Amino acid sequence: MTEFTPFVSLLGGSLIGLSAVLLMAFHGRIAGMTGILTGLVPPFFSDWGWRAAFVAGAIGAPALIVSVTDYTVPFESTTPAPWLIFGGLIVGAGAYFGSGCTSGHGVCGTARLSPRSIVATFTFMVSTAATVFVVRHLIGGL
Amino acid sequence: MTRVLSALAIGLIFGSGISLSGMVNPAKVLNFFDFAGTWDPSLAFVMGGALIVTAIGYAFILKRGAPVFDRLFHLPTRRDIDTPLVAGSAAFGIGWGIAGFCPGGAVPALGLGHTQAWLFVGCMIVGIALARLASRSRTARAATGAAKISSSVHTANVVAGR
Repeated sequence: MTEFTPFVSLLGGSLIGLSAVLLMAFHGRIAGMTGILTGLVPPFFSDWGWRAAFVAGAIGAPALIVSVTDYTVPFESTTPAPWLIFGGLIVGAGAYFGSGCTSGHGVCGTARLSPRSIVATFTFMVSTAATVFVVRHLIGGL
Repeated sequence: MTRVLSALAIGLIFGSGISLSGMVNPAKVLNFFDFAGTWDPSLAFVMGGALIVTAIGYAFILKRGAPVFDRLFHLPTRRDIDTPLVAGSAAFGIGWGIAGFCPGGAVPALGLGHTQAWLFVGCMIVGIALARLASRSRTARAATGAAKISSSVHTANVVAGR
């Protein structure tokens, strides 16, 4: 079980939106993690600097929150290591071929009503829900 | 330097949003998709908040001529629905449903220091690298002068001459 947290989730979501707006306003870029990371996988894109800085900020934020405030960031992962490896590989390859992930398609693309992003978001939401159903209710866990 | 500091600050805001919203927590993400079990609707509020702020913000910003640190907005222009888009997204969803990590959630999770996040992100980067290699060799085989890579992300960079 995880607790239903509408207010803090709405606040967190708004901050994700704010970062997307700022990245467009200052850098002219879509705040999609897959697209940003792709430029940091060899061979590096020539504009790797802002990409590396964005990723460093994204990693640094929870570390800062935990070390500077009393807030604990809830985290629980029960997926066995072999399945994490498999999941990681197909998330990376799938999001690359699909041209984006939750942040790129789900937030930025959908917000500007891109037909590709709306189709991609619908597809991965359905596919994720179906996978969770199979894993939890048909197989009974991994 | 200003460019890099700005991207760092924006990354901090993104990572804070991911951390507070619960997207960083695989258990919470998986519960959102578990309608038949321990359903936690929180992530609908994450997506709702993010979409409203982004839609309103983009509407104002994209009316301006250019971003602060660049000559143009790098916006994907493709509108066609092709197989890589749908098949890739479906595969991404299977991985998301297995692990509970999406790229935007998993990268900030590295900052919490859990080994699961490091293992997942390491493999995710390998997945991106392999997919890039595969689409490059396919492009090379196509052997036309105008290399067209089936990624709008990539295309945007090509268009921008990067």
